[in-house]
Amino acid sequence: MIVIPIAKNTFKECVRDKLLYNLVIFGVLIIASSLVLSSITIGEVKQIIVNLGLSTLSVFGTLIAIFIGIQLVFKEIDKKTIYSLLAKPVARHEFILGKYFGLTLTLLVNILVMLLGIYISIFYLRHSFQLADLQILLAAMLILIELMLVIAIALFFSTFSTPVFSALFAFCLYVIGHFSSDIRQYGLSSDSFAIKILSGCLYYLLPNFQNFEIISQTAHGQFLATRLYLLSVLYGLVYSAGLVLLAILVFQRRNFK
Amino acid sequence: MSVVVSTENLSKAYKAGFWKTKTISALDRLNLEVRENEIFGYLGPNGAGKSTTLKLLMSLIHPSSGKAEILGKPVADLSIRRHIGYLPENPYFYEYLSAEEFLSYYASLFDFSLAEIRTKVEYFLKLTDISHARKLQLHKFSKGMLQRVGIAQALINDPKIVFLDEPMSGLDPIGRREVRDLILLLKKEGKTVFFSTHILNDVEVLCDKVAVLNRGKLIGSGHLTDLISQEVSHIEIVVSNINFETVSQAVGSSAKISHSGMTLRLELRADTPLAPLVTRIENAAGKVLAINPVRQTMEDYFFKLINRDAIPEGKPSIVSTNNS
Repeated sequence: MIVIPIAKNTFKECVRDKLLYNLVIFGVLIIASSLVLSSITIGEVKQIIVNLGLSTLSVFGTLIAIFIGIQLVFKEIDKKTIYSLLAKPVARHEFILGKYFGLTLTLLVNILVMLLGIYISIFYLRHSFQLADLQILLAAMLILIELMLVIAIALFFSTFSTPVFSALFAFCLYVIGHFSSDIRQYGLSSDSFAIKILSGCLYYLLPNFQNFEIISQTAHGQFLATRLYLLSVLYGLVYSAGLVLLAILVFQRRNFK
Repeated sequence: MSVVVSTENLSKAYKAGFWKTKTISALDRLNLEVRENEIFGYLGPNGAGKSTTLKLLMSLIHPSSGKAEILGKPVADLSIRRHIGYLPENPYFYEYLSAEEFLSYYASLFDFSLAEIRTKVEYFLKLTDISHARKLQLHKFSKGMLQRVGIAQALINDPKIVFLDEPMSGLDPIGRREVRDLILLLKKEGKTVFFSTHILNDVEVLCDKVAVLNRGKLIGSGHLTDLISQEVSHIEIVVSNINFETVSQAVGSSAKISHSGMTLRLELRADTPLAPLVTRIENAAGKVLAINPVRQTMEDYFFKLINRDAIPEGKPSIVSTNNS
């Protein structure tokens, strides 16, 4: 499996990127600051830690997914490292998959580090764990699926666009994807048939990031229904696979002048 | 010996301009054959299409028309890449990796066991003389050292055919000599070497066969011995201790005379009797430093071809232009 060494090298590349260090350190600091916040705030301590912790994990994960994701392919072409790599027995789809899984692995490790921070914070304040705390792990895994979708979007754009435009497109899709239901509601309440159709198309075509909004529920100790959770995971994986496939199709046709 | 690399009417054209209406030909109907265990020199001035050909052979770019085969299979066939090595022009590698990590990474792209990878990395670090810098990240490497790493990665899979794009570029005289020796060693090991260059002296020293490319077109090819005349084209005499006027009187109008530092350089026809001429120079108190029979060089052949192919100035190499 040629994908594995490419993914491993991408992981190494990400780990040695200063941007990742800055983001991870900043993220861990924010999680640590939840300890201070919770001590001066009235209310459920765990709720604050989980809310702040998972939000940090999601926001910083998204930043890493977009800003490193958009450079995954572009950098290889720009720095001409792709010339010698593709002259080896590496199929172009293996290259794209390796890059994708390399960054996914990076984010998985990043999530695990931050998750550890959240659990340490909870243990520090409560001196015990409860079964319900497992929800945080489940929520973090759903955030990982969300981030896999963000990586797929960034990777797709990076196969044919410059980092600036890729970042712009990926960020726009991410923001719009958080308002999918609103777009649909607006369309349904509109009298115009054209707007109804357009909003319907946008709702089904654009990635729906609302499927992954689980942080608030988790902070309040509410379990997401298993079926809904699994459907969200499936949605994220299928959408990501579709985008990676598109990225492969674009990449197959490229000339490396 | 069997043909290991062949191209048939291989062409590459790019769309250019804002509306992509212009077509610029980078390579035009190239027909080449390289045989097993040959050192094949691919010559041409900058922008001739040498790197384009190599990228087509590596399947890094897709041909507009024609076909190319390596070891009897289309270049897009992934299986042939197990048997080839490629050094790109001005190689760039992963800056964040050390030389050792980089070679291990590339070796891991083949079906080698971990022990084999370790052995190979060790061997090629030594062969290319970068063992001392094995732990150093590649962004700290000089251009010459990067070229060595590039050569090491091209050879890591023990390829049957090695493609080297301008392998001498950026190297100091010692480095160039080492690469030359390495290419000869590869031939001795039974490998085929296809290398592009514009350093004509290297071609003369190394190649069995050459092809000359200009403006995307093949303008000459053949065995080196057939292309370069073995007969003496003229004689060159270097003299000193004598001034221009005296030497012109001594040799008459049969020689072209030119200044070369503190000496004078006489260029004579190949059939000129030398003994009376030398006597006349010595009688005029001159000193004959050297008498060199000059044969046609690769440089002469190259320039003859390039000049013959010269396109009138100002005419761009655009093969077709749609109205825009």
